[in-house]
Amino acid sequence: MEVFGIAVELLAMFTGFGLLIGILFGFFGMGGSFLVTPALLVMGYDANVAVGSGLAFVFGTSVIATLKHRDLGQVDYKLGVLMIAGTTGGIEVGKIGLEHLQELGLAGSVVSIAYVLLLGSIGAFVTYTALKGGGGLSHDVEETDDADDIPPIARTIQSYNVPPMISIRGGFTVSLWMVLGVAFATGLLSGFLGVGGGFIRMPALFYLVGVPVPVAVGTDLFEIVFSGGIGSFLYAQSGAVDLSIVAPLLAGSALGARIGAGATSLVNEDDIKVYFGVMLLLGAIAVAVRQVGGYLGIEVFDVVSLVIILGAALLVSGAVLVTSIRELRAETPAADTTIVD
Amino acid sequence: MFGIYTLGGDAQAAVLIGIVLLEAIVLYVGYGLLESALARRVIDLVRGL
Repeated sequence: MEVFGIAVELLAMFTGFGLLIGILFGFFGMGGSFLVTPALLVMGYDANVAVGSGLAFVFGTSVIATLKHRDLGQVDYKLGVLMIAGTTGGIEVGKIGLEHLQELGLAGSVVSIAYVLLLGSIGAFVTYTALKGGGGLSHDVEETDDADDIPPIARTIQSYNVPPMISIRGGFTVSLWMVLGVAFATGLLSGFLGVGGGFIRMPALFYLVGVPVPVAVGTDLFEIVFSGGIGSFLYAQSGAVDLSIVAPLLAGSALGARIGAGATSLVNEDDIKVYFGVMLLLGAIAVAVRQVGGYLGIEVFDVVSLVIILGAALLVSGAVLVTSIRELRAETPAADTTIVD
Repeated sequence: MFGIYTLGGDAQAAVLIGIVLLEAIVLYVGYGLLESALARRVIDLVRGL
């Protein structure tokens, strides 16, 4: 049986996969191309179609998630525009570095190693702070008036009073140059690694600038609307965006993103942060496994890599759902102010 | 799908991105209405009330 010329089984599979990704995307503000593109590659799609369709999917999902976070008051547009400006410059410089490596024939292995190291170190850091019980991650936008809620590095960066200073949602000010510097650095990595960069920017906004987690997520999504839109347009020009992949993925992820964004109002991130860190670590392992498989010429390593990525996504989205349900059951009915807004 | 692949480069890209954007907005509004209509029941169901 087919709908719009697409097998129903394929539609159901992409919709279910989209739901899983949407929960992660809505909750953490990351997890789009990082999950979709490798899955499409292992399914046998051409690399340009996998990347182009992945970007188009990320574009659609980020539009939906940004609208939802805007409704919750969790998007700082001024910060978002500044981040776009800084990141764009960083991406250009990163691309130049990558092209130079390509001329030397070192791009593939250097990028993979950098990807594994970066993903692994961020994952290890997040997991460590979660297990240590520190970091002060909170989903309450207004709670950061308490200096203890701001990471030490962010407090140091905020202490540099290099004018002009800008106010950021959450009730603090930071130097414009610090924001542009962080944006440029994350853009540099994003351009060098050829990824959307949500997994870099979201932690950077929190740990380096001190932006409250929900605002960091909402603002990061706002930025991804632009980067995803431009990226997918460029790939669509050469016919590398497949709507039969994007449309069902988006249908599932739209529902998942709504659940994930709603869960941010229910779940204290301290309860989930360790899973997020473990997901990043598993992502690093998955990339390493695929790289080793490619080096040794063993194709089954691609499947192992995909299983690790999907398993990690399933684990974390499941943790978000289970914790949300527990919180709902623990609340008294009169205290309900959650996802029905 | 929908015959858009017969269009040339820029036009095809613009239509494709437009469709994705339109689908995203329709899904956002549609699921929003669904949430307004059913969220209370789902929450009560989860709570076991």
